[in-house]
Amino acid sequence: MGLQDQVTPVGREAAGFHDYILLPLCAIISAIVLILLVIALVRFRRGANPVPSRNSHNTTIEVIWTLVPVLILVGIAIPSIRLLRHQYSPPPADLTVKVTGHQWYWSYDYPANGVSFDSYMLKEKNDPTRQANQRFRTPVDGPPLLAVDQRVVIPQGKVVKFIVTADDVIHSFAVPAFWIKQDANPGQLHEAWVKVDRPGVYFGQCSELCGARHAFMPIAVEVVPPAEFAQWVASKGGHMPGATSAAQPALAGTAAASPAAAPASPALATSTTH
Amino acid sequence: MSTTADALHLQPHEAHGAEHHEDHKPSFFVRWFMSTNHKDIGTLYLIFAIFAGVLGGAISGIMRWELMEPGIQVLNRAWPIGAGTANFDEWTHHWNVLITAHALIMIFFTIMPAMMGGFGNWFVPLMIGAPDMAFPRMNNISFWLLVPSFCLLLGSTMVPGGSGLGAGTGWTLYAPLSTAGSAGPAVDMVIFSMHLAGASSILGAINFITTIFNMRAPGMTLHKMPLFVWSVLVTAFLLLLALPVLAGAITMLLTDRDFGTSFFDASGGGNVVLYQHLFWFFGHPEVYIMVLPGFGMISQVVSTFSRKPVFGYLGMAYAMVAIGVIGFVVWAHHMFTTGMSVDEKMYFTAATMIIAVPTGVKIFSWIATMWGGSLTFETPMLFAIGFIFLFTVGGVTGVVLANGGVDTYMQDTYYVVAHFHYVLSLGAIFSLFAGFYYWFPKMSGKMYNEFLGKVHFFLMFVGVNIIFFPMHFLGLDGMPRRIPDYTPAFAHWNYVETIGYMITVVGVAVFFVNLFWSLAAGKKAPGNPWGEGATTLEWTLPSPPPFHQFSTLPRID
Repeated sequence: MGLQDQVTPVGREAAGFHDYILLPLCAIISAIVLILLVIALVRFRRGANPVPSRNSHNTTIEVIWTLVPVLILVGIAIPSIRLLRHQYSPPPADLTVKVTGHQWYWSYDYPANGVSFDSYMLKEKNDPTRQANQRFRTPVDGPPLLAVDQRVVIPQGKVVKFIVTADDVIHSFAVPAFWIKQDANPGQLHEAWVKVDRPGVYFGQCSELCGARHAFMPIAVEVVPPAEFAQWVASKGGHMPGATSAAQPALAGTAAASPAAAPASPALATSTTH
Repeated sequence: MSTTADALHLQPHEAHGAEHHEDHKPSFFVRWFMSTNHKDIGTLYLIFAIFAGVLGGAISGIMRWELMEPGIQVLNRAWPIGAGTANFDEWTHHWNVLITAHALIMIFFTIMPAMMGGFGNWFVPLMIGAPDMAFPRMNNISFWLLVPSFCLLLGSTMVPGGSGLGAGTGWTLYAPLSTAGSAGPAVDMVIFSMHLAGASSILGAINFITTIFNMRAPGMTLHKMPLFVWSVLVTAFLLLLALPVLAGAITMLLTDRDFGTSFFDASGGGNVVLYQHLFWFFGHPEVYIMVLPGFGMISQVVSTFSRKPVFGYLGMAYAMVAIGVIGFVVWAHHMFTTGMSVDEKMYFTAATMIIAVPTGVKIFSWIATMWGGSLTFETPMLFAIGFIFLFTVGGVTGVVLANGGVDTYMQDTYYVVAHFHYVLSLGAIFSLFAGFYYWFPKMSGKMYNEFLGKVHFFLMFVGVNIIFFPMHFLGLDGMPRRIPDYTPAFAHWNYVETIGYMITVVGVAVFFVNLFWSLAAGKKAPGNPWGEGATTLEWTLPSPPPFHQFSTLPRID
């Protein structure tokens, strides 16, 4: 019923702004209007007040109810503008991940690590549209409709920059727990950044209508300690920047090398390289 | 009038004795299909809007049924579109067709025709003391353009539109989903449908502006006009300025689709976000188009049943003007996540919040109108009071969403769905019901049943709140909008909302029982059933008003 727990500094600032300023303000203003209405309905019902007054002006009160909202809004605008400034002043990035939306899956590229893969939603075991050899969701993967075959993995405590784009229609890369949502516009690159301080798996969903299976292209981000991240990169056949890697498979080979990357849709064949 | 008739050498009996020709009605076909009478055209608009509203409401019923539980359990049944198909993509495409059709039907074929075409046509001439609209034949065209427009929209659901039959683009028709992403004629038909609906509204807007500026009775200065007329005037300007932009944007979509242009295609030098700017330059004024006439109706109703003049009349009128003007410079708050610059976001955040000020003036002035009054609670007043509170709730969540930084989380979640249904489904629709009950005796000459009216109000008030309030929770939980299936964590509130829909349907059924019962057997309504509080000119006429009214213009002191 409330905002998801926030695990980034910007997310915590924004959630605090919502929970401690905006939400109480909404409640107070709605309550004031409700109370005034109820008082008016009771005190000035015909039974209680048979002769209506004819007053239709009161400059003082009109000025007050114009100026007080202005002051309240100025009060909101200050933290609101500050939040925007913080969202838009990313520290230097430790890692860059390119996110590409497709109908209907995501693909992720780690240009500095030589890792890239596609990420599909895992279907349920009893889903009739699941092919026999296709991996199905198990509880360890995450909840239904949110679990994916390959999670995007990022290191904990590092500044990660997502470069977001799409190659067919508009999608939107959203992870509520990070307080990020960036439309993936074909032909444009936009960025969103996070610095996640708590390891875990965080889920999001495509947030711009993108066609038939819009509801079925979730995002799953796994945040791990930096050492584990390096292991994960190595397991994907990639390398850490600066490290001299002995065996560095060709980029195109990585997806095929990993059994988990088995195509979930024939569309994959046309879109392994970007 | 008689001088004009003489000058045109009309037959002598037309020139004299206008009094007993007042109620001479043409034959059925001429009266209803070639109508030039503002009241008849208003009635046609209302019937059309009610018909479309039932359809749009039924579509939301299918959607709530599907969303009642996780999984796909309704879309996979046999429907007129794509009956019996086993293709998963077609099922989910049909979901997108449903959300698209629901929005377009409710906006363009229910709320707009009811507010402007229906009540605007009926009551603007009556309230300003004019015999009819300035351009009666154009008025007729405005209505009859809507019929083919609606047919095109409905027809689009039966032709291919990409993954299945129908246009599954959402009502915003975002490129490139609506261009490269939707093969087949469905989207083209929707575009043509919008062209016709837009043309209809532009003609209507010209008619209202001309009528209000030129045909007010002697003594009816702009600052004496009833607030409903003010609201229609402001709305007409919004229509006139916003709809051509929509027409341009969707024409560019059309040429992108069919004639090889690339306005919104990056591979040809176009820009997908450009479409969104054009669309929302229309789309944001559009939301005020939908609710401003409602503001006007609420002012009339609150004043009537408080038996007091509207508090702060000038403030109320110019608050609507301010909302209309500011409404044109805030559009990109619908696009906070498209990747705009931080300066843009700061500007649109600040500009959007300013709208809360004139809106607050209106809310407080309605309460102040009641303050000191002698209130009675007939059905229209109940709907008006419900409107004031629920519109406030929708308004404060609007202030939350106005913050570009917060909208990052909320954008495209159910929080937004909750917000705009509070201002539209509970705002615009409640004001339409308030206006309908308020003017039903005037339009039909029959009283509605007060008891059924109250039952309708309470069922609907409870029902819509159960539908839409939990959507705030789902939005905060992170549930995206426009999805036919969801992860089980969202199941509880979705189930509750569907129960709310069922309650609402019962309320609407009571409305229809009341409507048909009252038309058939309602008590005869006097010229002014509401007493001393009803001071506008329409209440000086009998109910229903004569076929032609004010052949001698009233004088306003």
